[in-house]
Amino acid sequence: MTVAATNPMPTPPAKATHSLLVPNAAMGRRNAAEKRFRAYGLAAIAVSLSVLGIMLWSIFSDGLSSFFQAKLTFPVTLSSEVLDPAGNGLREEMTKVTTIGYGKLLTAAFTAELAAKGISTEGVTDKQLAEMISKDAPGVLRAKVLGDTSMLDQTITMSVLAAGRIDGYLKGRVTMETAERDGNISPEQLQLADRLKTARILGSSFNTRFLTSPDASDQRPEAAGLGVAILGSAYMMLLVLIICVPIGVATSIYLEEFAPKNRWTDLIEVNISNLAAVPSIVFGILGLAIFINFAGFPQSSSVVGALVLSLMTLPTIIIATRSSIRAVPPSIRDAALGVGASKMQTVFHHVLPLAMPGILTGTILGLASALGETAPLLLIGMVAFVDNYPSAPVEGFMDPATALPVQVYSWASRSDPAFIERSSGAIIVLLVFLVVMNVTAIILRRKFERRW
Amino acid sequence: MTVLVLVVATLVIAGVGFFLGRSRALSGVSGNVRDLHSLPGYYGWHVALMAALPAFGVLLVWLIVQPIVIERNIGSLLPAETVADATAFKLAVADIRRVAGGLDAAVLAGALTEASAAELTSGGTDVRAVLAGVGVALGSDVTNDTLLSAQMYRSMTATGALARMIAVLAVALAGLGYALSVTRAEFRARNRVEIVMMGVLITASSIAILTTVGIIWSMLSESLNFFRQYPATEFFFGLTWSPNFRGGSDLGFIPLLWGTLYISLIAMIVAVPLGLFTAIYLAEYAGPKVRAWVKPLIEVIAGIPTVVFGLFALVTVGPFLRDYFAQPFGFGNSGASVMTAGLVIGILNIPFISSLADDIINSVPQSLRDGSYGLGATKSETVKQVILPAALPGIVGAVLLAASRAIGETMIVTMGAGASAKLSLNPFDAMTTMTVKIVGQLTGDTDFNSPETLVAFALGITLFVITLGLNVFALYIVRKYREEYE
Repeated sequence: MTVAATNPMPTPPAKATHSLLVPNAAMGRRNAAEKRFRAYGLAAIAVSLSVLGIMLWSIFSDGLSSFFQAKLTFPVTLSSEVLDPAGNGLREEMTKVTTIGYGKLLTAAFTAELAAKGISTEGVTDKQLAEMISKDAPGVLRAKVLGDTSMLDQTITMSVLAAGRIDGYLKGRVTMETAERDGNISPEQLQLADRLKTARILGSSFNTRFLTSPDASDQRPEAAGLGVAILGSAYMMLLVLIICVPIGVATSIYLEEFAPKNRWTDLIEVNISNLAAVPSIVFGILGLAIFINFAGFPQSSSVVGALVLSLMTLPTIIIATRSSIRAVPPSIRDAALGVGASKMQTVFHHVLPLAMPGILTGTILGLASALGETAPLLLIGMVAFVDNYPSAPVEGFMDPATALPVQVYSWASRSDPAFIERSSGAIIVLLVFLVVMNVTAIILRRKFERRW
Repeated sequence: MTVLVLVVATLVIAGVGFFLGRSRALSGVSGNVRDLHSLPGYYGWHVALMAALPAFGVLLVWLIVQPIVIERNIGSLLPAETVADATAFKLAVADIRRVAGGLDAAVLAGALTEASAAELTSGGTDVRAVLAGVGVALGSDVTNDTLLSAQMYRSMTATGALARMIAVLAVALAGLGYALSVTRAEFRARNRVEIVMMGVLITASSIAILTTVGIIWSMLSESLNFFRQYPATEFFFGLTWSPNFRGGSDLGFIPLLWGTLYISLIAMIVAVPLGLFTAIYLAEYAGPKVRAWVKPLIEVIAGIPTVVFGLFALVTVGPFLRDYFAQPFGFGNSGASVMTAGLVIGILNIPFISSLADDIINSVPQSLRDGSYGLGATKSETVKQVILPAALPGIVGAVLLAASRAIGETMIVTMGAGASAKLSLNPFDAMTTMTVKIVGQLTGDTDFNSPETLVAFALGITLFVITLGLNVFALYIVRKYREEYE
């Protein structure tokens, strides 16, 4: 290095006697260029990391509120006149009462509670009052009553979801100004919501239903949940694991330990590296054309999703497995062969167990990338609205399901802004799963990594 | 016996075979393992494999052949003109299947007895109502032909299932018997088992090839179907894209290609400098501590699902660009735009370029740097004049790979670029890409005979060819121009 480079500041003339350096303009320019170049590098890193930060911040600030939900709590008398018109308490007879009947009951109970607590409903029509309760609530009450008919004629305290806009008001998404322009809510209703809050009828609590209930229609964002999506993703990850690990490990063993150097082997290698670079949407087309149209698997089922994701994940798993098999030193193989093991026994009894931690890490990372994949799943119909849980495995694999990232997309494309909150909330859940998987992989690597 | 039960039964036979084979081998040498050629487990495995594998082979062939045979036989019952027309025949067979399935369900639910289902005539009973009663909704009333064929379909399927069961179980037992009969002390069971294992390994590794073949075959056959209905020249050189599901659509590919390339260009303008400078700083300037923290953080970007970036584009970047750039400067007022999608894809590609470039820069030997420093160059001069030229082929390769990823990216453009196919230079216009249109044409209710749906396959294979071409070109550049340092 030049003297200037180790001492980049031009030396002040007073101390020049200690140095041979004669400051000149060209050297100054070069040093300035050096500083600029370094600054570009820092700036690039700063830009990348700050965009990452902004993105995560915007997702979390939009989405964290979806874990809390506004609820109205008030006593409801389950009058048998309304709910059991036949009067015999038989469940079969009671199923004839639809959610409309339960809705009326809830509205009446709500109005009565307001009157009892002396809360003025000034400027709010009866219809608007009814609309402050989520359209989801009557169904919940109905399921509850039909589940336990002995509750008839008792007074129970119901905690039901408030309408999406009321929820939005508590979270600051809906304001008096937006309510003026909104056909679904009026400022008077919001003022009533304020009074309800002081009276502790309206409150916010942790939203377990966001994690457990199925998707809900456009009209009821407050009831939409991730239950089916989480289940669908779990089914698919399970199937991907079952499909990918044996095939991926078998392929890697063959290519690393047995494959002769010939055209067929080259063809396999080229194919694997190309498949890793094929855009994911192409795998969706493959799934649609082959698994659905040709093989006749049901649309939007987790088994088709898993097959498509498996084909996408295989290259990742194969590459990781091969490198961990390659990392097992040849002396292990030589020793096994030396005591009389066959080639196959050497691989399965010695090489494979030693390569296992690496395979496991690669598999988890492959699964993590499969978990976040969206595009191919859109093509095989997983974006469809599914509000029934798939049944238990094995038949459940054939049932329509959806997946976490797809749910993010389908909520993001709905018009009600409340679904953007849900969408961001779904991303948080997805990111939590991804972080857990990645951290597991890192811990496994740290714990089992062996330097030979 | 359903297929699942049959599979389980075969596996049970194989499992029993394992223990029989093992104990037979052991009893042959009166428990003295050292007299056996192979370890006792191998004799068990040999018997199990001999029982299961041929049986599964028979089952697989049967499952493929039986529907074909039945379909051909049903054809003899249908009017000749239906059989001659391929689509009509397909529909008729689907109808027959549905009616047959409905009859099965009716028998299962007890609405019909097995005998009455076989003797049902369309004159006597309202078949549609009966089937609707068990939850099978039919589009139209059932004709006598369809009903007769459905009954025949049912009886043939039943016979087939019985024959299948007998055949599979017979083959399994025969395999078991054969394998037991050859089990002797000097029998080379391990070699046999290892041949099978080798076969399994080779089959597994061929799946990669099968996948590629599947991709090409599925897209090519449907694309050819498309080009039969829509002229290829109009597709590849058409300047308007306006699909119309009632027919008479313009399916010009140029606007989609333009949107794809424009977005990818912006993405690369963002990603290449940021990625390269990040890599240079990390490789040449950063101390080990900074590197240990910053490198994984940058790579976190690569681990985030693209749908998250899509939502970021939709909710944050799009409205920001619209409110602070597009509207004040009069570029339009669309949140979804080429700029939005391009910027976000660019960010997604930063870690991709930086980690590839980092590896390449690190592989440039230290002696080149030392030589440059020795001649009096500063660090940045060394990077610009020595390291980058030496690393150039690799960096070009990395950039091409990143471009191919940008072209194939789907979620970000679906959520951030808009859906209108346009030929415009304004980066704040909403435009669309090939991937967006593939998603658009293939989601929802699709009819696989209309060019509006099939065009997605033509787009798919074009995308496949473009990205594959870029990847191959990138590998070619890296291989051809790579400097070898010892």
